[in-house]
Amino acid sequence: MSASAASGNEVRGDRAADGTPLLEVRDLVVHHGQLMALDAISLRVLPGEVYAIIGANGAGKSTLLRTIAGLHHPTSGSVLYDGKDVTGLRPERRATQGIVMVPEGRRLFGSLSVEENLKVGATYARQGPWTMERVYEMFGWMRERRNQPTAQLSGGEQQAVAIGRALVANPRVLMLDELSLGLAPVVVQRIYGMLPQILGTGLTVLLVEQDVSQALRVASHIQCLLEGRTTLEGKPSDVTADQVEAAYFGLAGTAASPAGEESEA
Amino acid sequence: MAWVNAIIQGILTGGLYALFACGLSLMFGVMKVVNLAHGDLAVVAGYIAIGVITVTHVPVLWSFVIVVPIMAVLGYVLQRTLIQSALDRSVLTTLLVTFGLSVVIENGLLQFFTANSRGIGANLALVTGAFTIGSQISIAYLLLLIFAVAVAVLLGLQYFLSRSKYGRLIRAVADDKEAAQLAGADYRHVFGIAAAVAFATVALGGIAFGMYSDLDPTTGTDTILLFAFAAVVIGGLGSLWGTLLGGIVLGVAQQIGAQINISDELLAGYIVFLIVLVLRPQGLISRGVQSS
Repeated sequence: MSASAASGNEVRGDRAADGTPLLEVRDLVVHHGQLMALDAISLRVLPGEVYAIIGANGAGKSTLLRTIAGLHHPTSGSVLYDGKDVTGLRPERRATQGIVMVPEGRRLFGSLSVEENLKVGATYARQGPWTMERVYEMFGWMRERRNQPTAQLSGGEQQAVAIGRALVANPRVLMLDELSLGLAPVVVQRIYGMLPQILGTGLTVLLVEQDVSQALRVASHIQCLLEGRTTLEGKPSDVTADQVEAAYFGLAGTAASPAGEESEA
Repeated sequence: MAWVNAIIQGILTGGLYALFACGLSLMFGVMKVVNLAHGDLAVVAGYIAIGVITVTHVPVLWSFVIVVPIMAVLGYVLQRTLIQSALDRSVLTTLLVTFGLSVVIENGLLQFFTANSRGIGANLALVTGAFTIGSQISIAYLLLLIFAVAVAVLLGLQYFLSRSKYGRLIRAVADDKEAAQLAGADYRHVFGIAAAVAFATVALGGIAFGMYSDLDPTTGTDTILLFAFAAVVIGGLGSLWGTLLGGIVLGVAQQIGAQINISDELLAGYIVFLIVLVLRPQGLISRGVQSS
C-alpha cells in the first residue's frame, strides 16, 4: 500500500480491504459557529494500531478528536464505533462503551488527589486489564504520591495521571490529544515510551500530535490535516519528509515549490 | 454577664443559620446555581413536616425521617428538570428561574395555607425548655440540639464529599464538567445527587426553624434566604465549615446588636455582612471544596 496524497475526499479506498475498523469517521463536517473547522474528514482506525493525526495549529485535529469523543456535534457526517453509529451518543456514554480521551491540557480534577483522579476514571470502567494497581506499576513514582493534590505535580507527571485516569476506564480506543503540549522533549520521549506497554494490553490508539517527528516515530498510520481537510495519509514508512512538510504547511502546488514537484506529491 | 449570654446565644443561633446556608453553598459550589427559592423550599419542608406530624402522628423530632427523603427526591427532580434546563441556557437564567420558583411557592402556600404562621411542636418540653448557668445565662435545649445537628450535618457532608463515590464525582464535576464526562460521568445525574443532598439539608433547616420560631409563607424569603446568604458570604463561598463560621458571626452580631438596642438585632447582622463584603469579599474562609 502506498501513501496517497490527496485533497478533500478521495483519501479512502485502499485501506478498506485491511479489515473491519474499530473506529470509523465518515465525511465529518464540524462548524464552530460560522467557521468550518472540519470539512468532510474521514478516517478508519483498525484494531491495535496507532493512528496519528498531525497538522499545524488550527488544522482541526483537536476538533476531530473532541467530536469523536462527543464533545462537539457535527454538522453532518458520522462516527462509527465497533460497527455501530455513535454520532448521537453523549460523551459519557461513549466513554463507558470504550472511547476514552485524554484531553488537551490534561484537565485533571484540581481539587482531587492523584488517587481520587484515578478513582473517578475507574468509577464507570469497563471490564478489562487496567486497574489502579497496574497504573501504579507503570508509573513507579505515582503510588507514593497518590495522596498529593495534582497541582503539586510537574507537567509530565500530570500528563501521566491523565493517561492513568483514562486507562483505568479500560478503553478500547484511547484518544490522546497533544500529549507533548507544554512538556520538555525528554518528558515527551518518556511518555511516548510507555506506548508499547499500553498497546500490549490490546488497546487501539488514536492520537493528535503537533510534534510530527514524534508522531512518525510511534504511528502505524498517519493522516495530516490542513485547515479542516486531509492533505496526506499513509504509513509513516511510505511517506517522505518532503511530502509531510508539504502536507503540513500546504506548500504543494504553491508558487514556492519548483515546477514539476506537484506530480510527485 | 448579659454580653456573655448574648455571645452564647449568637453562637448557638449560628448553628441554625449554618443549616440554612450549607445547602445554598453546596448548590452554588457545584452547579454555580444561586437558588433563590432556597428559603421557600425550607418553608415547604416545614409545612410538609406539619402535615406529616398531623396525619401520621409521628413524634415531632422524627418527622425528618419522612421529610428529608421527600425533599431529597424533590431536589433531584427539580435539578434534572427546571434548574438543568435553565443551566443549559446560562447561569443567569437559573437566577430568573429560581426567583420564579420562589414566587410561585410563596403564593401557592398563601393560597392553600393562608398567611397564618404555624410552629412545629410548640408545646414540646424540648422546644420550650432551657437550662440555666448562673443567673443570667439560659440555654434553650432546642438551640443546643439544632447546633449539634448542624455540626453533625457538616461532618456528614464533609465525609460524604471526601470519601464517598458520589462525593468524589460531585467534586470532580465541580472542577471540570467536561473532563468528568470523558471519564464516563453523566454530570446531570451528579448535579441531581448534589441537589438532593442540598435539599435534604434544606429540609432539616425548615423543620428546625419551624420549631425555633414560626413559619409563614413569607418566612422563606424574608428570613431564611437572607440569613443563609449572609452566612455563606461571611463564611466564604463554597466552603462548608465557612457556613458554620459565617452563621456564628451573623448570630453573634445579631445578639450583640439586640443587646445594644432590641430593634438593632437584624441591622447589626447586615452591617457585619456588608463589612465582610467590602473588606474580605472572598469570605472568612476562602478555600472551598469547589473553588476553581
